[in-house]
Amino acid sequence: MKQFIGFLRKEFLHIFRDPRTMIIIFGLPIVQLLLFGKVINSDLQDSRIAILDQSHDNTTQQITAKLLSSGYFLMGKELLASDDVEDVFRSGQVKMVVTFGPDFEKTLEREGKADVQLLADASDPNTARILTNYASGIINDYVRKEKMQNVQLPNQINTEVRMLYNESLKSVYMFVPGIMAMILMLISAMMTSISISKEKELGTMEVLLASPLKPIQIVLGKVTPYLLLSFINALTIMLIGYFVFGVPIKGSFVFLMTESFLFILMALSLGILISTIAPNQMVAMFISLLALMLPTILLSGFMFPIENMPLPLRIFSNIMPPRWFIVILKNIMLKGTGITYVWKETLILMSMTFLFIALSIKNFKIRLE
Amino acid sequence: MRTILYVIQKEFIQVKRNKTMLRMILMVPMMQMLILVFAATYDIKNLNIFVVDNDLSATSRKLVNTIDASPFFTISNSSFNPEEGEKELLRNKANMVLVIPSEFERNLIRQDKASVQLLINAIDGSAAQLGYSYAASVIRDFNKNIIADWKGLPEFKPPYQINTVSRFWYNTELEYKWYMAPGILAILVTLIGLFLSGMSLVKEKELGTIEQLNVTPIKKIQFIAGKLIPFIAIALFDLAFGLLIARLVFNLPIVGSLWLVFGLGVLYLVGILGLGLFISTVAHTQQQVMFVTYFFMMIFLLMGGIFTPVDSMPHWAQIVDEANPVYHFMRIMRMVVLKGSGFSDLIHEFTALCIIGSTFLVLAVWRYKKTT
Amino acid sequence: MCLWIGWGNNEHLKEMKEKVIEVKNLVKKFGSFVANDHLNFDVYQGEIFGFLGANGAGKTTAMKILCGLSAPTSGEVKVAGFDIYKETEKVKRNIGYMSQKFSLYEDMTIAENIRFFSGIYGISPSDRKARQDVLLQNLGLESSKDTLIGSLPLGWKQKLAFSVAIFHEPRIVFLDEPTGGVDPITRRKFWDLIYEAADRGITVFVTTHYMDEAEYCNRVSIMNNGRIEALDTPEKLKEQYSAKNMDEVFLKIARNTE
Repeated sequence: MKQFIGFLRKEFLHIFRDPRTMIIIFGLPIVQLLLFGKVINSDLQDSRIAILDQSHDNTTQQITAKLLSSGYFLMGKELLASDDVEDVFRSGQVKMVVTFGPDFEKTLEREGKADVQLLADASDPNTARILTNYASGIINDYVRKEKMQNVQLPNQINTEVRMLYNESLKSVYMFVPGIMAMILMLISAMMTSISISKEKELGTMEVLLASPLKPIQIVLGKVTPYLLLSFINALTIMLIGYFVFGVPIKGSFVFLMTESFLFILMALSLGILISTIAPNQMVAMFISLLALMLPTILLSGFMFPIENMPLPLRIFSNIMPPRWFIVILKNIMLKGTGITYVWKETLILMSMTFLFIALSIKNFKIRLE
Repeated sequence: MRTILYVIQKEFIQVKRNKTMLRMILMVPMMQMLILVFAATYDIKNLNIFVVDNDLSATSRKLVNTIDASPFFTISNSSFNPEEGEKELLRNKANMVLVIPSEFERNLIRQDKASVQLLINAIDGSAAQLGYSYAASVIRDFNKNIIADWKGLPEFKPPYQINTVSRFWYNTELEYKWYMAPGILAILVTLIGLFLSGMSLVKEKELGTIEQLNVTPIKKIQFIAGKLIPFIAIALFDLAFGLLIARLVFNLPIVGSLWLVFGLGVLYLVGILGLGLFISTVAHTQQQVMFVTYFFMMIFLLMGGIFTPVDSMPHWAQIVDEANPVYHFMRIMRMVVLKGSGFSDLIHEFTALCIIGSTFLVLAVWRYKKTT
Repeated sequence: MCLWIGWGNNEHLKEMKEKVIEVKNLVKKFGSFVANDHLNFDVYQGEIFGFLGANGAGKTTAMKILCGLSAPTSGEVKVAGFDIYKETEKVKRNIGYMSQKFSLYEDMTIAENIRFFSGIYGISPSDRKARQDVLLQNLGLESSKDTLIGSLPLGWKQKLAFSVAIFHEPRIVFLDEPTGGVDPITRRKFWDLIYEAADRGITVFVTTHYMDEAEYCNRVSIMNNGRIEALDTPEKLKEQYSAKNMDEVFLKIARNTE
């Protein structure tokens, strides 16, 4: 036990003495969270559009003014001929072109009906869809309010909506849990896998194994400092989320931190597992960076809702640990639920931790024999 | 000049010898490409709606059936108690709850108007908004149909109507995979390039072989160039292979010139690899390289406009993004591949990449010192 | 064994041979720590110059300066007739170097390493092939030219590293503790290679902390705490300090300076 404490102290010193490592561990997550919290925003605003108005009458001008004053659109360019559309799309100047045909107002007055064409650059399909939705909404609204003030429509169904847990639809509510899961996952798994495989590569692992320390003590000694560091990170991220971005913590704070602790434990055991598989540092890093980064972003529900994915991927996403953690975080922080709502996710994370530890021990033994 | 060739040859031999690494460099990106492109979609499918129908009239049932029949929604369950619905939201069993109050049909006929309520889990704000607009449009269409039905008209026409006709250029079916494939490929190529170049120099430092090179008369620029070229070749290979997969598996239309993609790709990679080498010259261990690479990669990635539109970022961030090579390359890939943009459309991106690339390269050559 | 006996008296040598390394008042500081404190010495064409001292005495620092790997804080240094400040690249053309970290590429074969390094020095492929054959024959490695360096025993790696370091026929070769970690017999064999090189006129500048190796040198300098405390032939040093062997010389100097 005494030897173990000595070893633990050495490992702590290793990390705390090196200012570069310290900056990386504490500085990077904070910078990232602050930056992304401010920058990432999936709401569209100020998208540049072009107007091709072949009619130039009161109605078309009013509609144009409505579009531009909505906050969603900015005037990118006024087009004179339909041949110019191709050009503005190809050079990426605008995302949508609103086209009014000739005699727009006259047609509307005479036939009670007129067409607006919305040409969208669908090389970004999501933006294209959202922009055309916005524009038609604004135009419908215009018709109802300006043209049909005095007309009473029959049998109208009115849809009232209540946005729960995030009334003002802030993107940051979505991203803070996601970024937290991602940072903890990558930092913890990467740190441990590299630090252990480095000892292997330099041959110092053999020295350690030859010492009276038990293998389990060596691994614990390597992991404990990172467990503590990651936990501090989790705490910092939570505080920044709360104080800087106003992400609420509706549920129990203690419970939230306990779950974070569990997740960190899981990530660290994954790191150990990687280090038992990887022959050298480079491979360990490759696995931690390349194989974990994108899947963590894309398959965990951080960026893209899992229910939209095709069935095989929905099944596949079940093995992504951050997926479960993100659900837990959102439930506790934003919905304010307790263990009764997240016991399943908690259980899954626990099983993953045990599985990773068991596999690591198995691999470790094979290597020693 | 000959010297560079020897360095290139050496790098290739070393890459070839590290079999595990080589396999991973070629396989992992391709597998990710195949899997992740399917994952990155905002296409709404399978939104779960919990229904609380307290009216149970013919009209309310018809509304529920209409929603169930739409491809976007699935009725997950129903109850008469709105609180049940909220619990389902808390449990993540449902994305939204539709509440149809009692007397819905009566009010609709007698008072000419009635309300339904949608409760939406809005933690993911943009998905919630999209889901709401889908649901609202399904309800609106339903509304028009019943009016027409009740009035015995083939179609309900309000006195004034402006139809919006949407046309989606370059991707008429709104195929999301076409948008993500070039984007994800660009990330993968960047990761590979940054990783290989970042590791290469620091590895020689850790092993001590760098000293052996530093006592030789090799010029700094020769050494850096010799290191860059093999990695550019590997990254370009990944790019070509990825495009092939995208073409064959996702039917990605490649409208523009491949020469342009690869030409600008080389320019882009010079910058990325220059950055990798620069990191490598500053760092002392592979571990440090790794974390710095990770840091840059995260910023490049999340600010690059791959997943979230750059237009929605605050103005200052858009200006900062001009220095983000991934942002420019992402635009180039999507513009050339999907829209067939030509070089004249890409002058801005080209200039930016030239400046970024030469800055990183100069930094790398300057920071790599043969003498300490 | 007896290869080096003829070198006993080298007084005449100084007059005849030109100076290939000239060091005057060389100072190297790392912050406030003085690693090299006003070093002064010359090395002559064709001699084996031993650079002795305990770990941390400043040997490696001085050697790195001579190789152009590290810039001196002050002082005058000429190597192979070129100024180390202004003509670093010319210096590098004329020297070979073998560091204490074994430094051939472990994941490349013997032939690939030779091809790479000779390529950097601009040796033509035909020259390379001829020299490579000689090298492999001398080392008895004809059949192993396609063996990965990493799979060779340490003694072989060191011999190869040395052979590669002089492959481009430099005027001076710097060896930084070249024989660390191997047994005395292997060390002796390594020194046979050094003598062959010296016979061909290559000046050998070697650091070591094995005192038996010091006996093999024409002249040795002994460093302590960043200063050169003694510089002469092993015989003269033993006489001067009335010691039986270099080990004693070294201990006496270390004690004196404490």
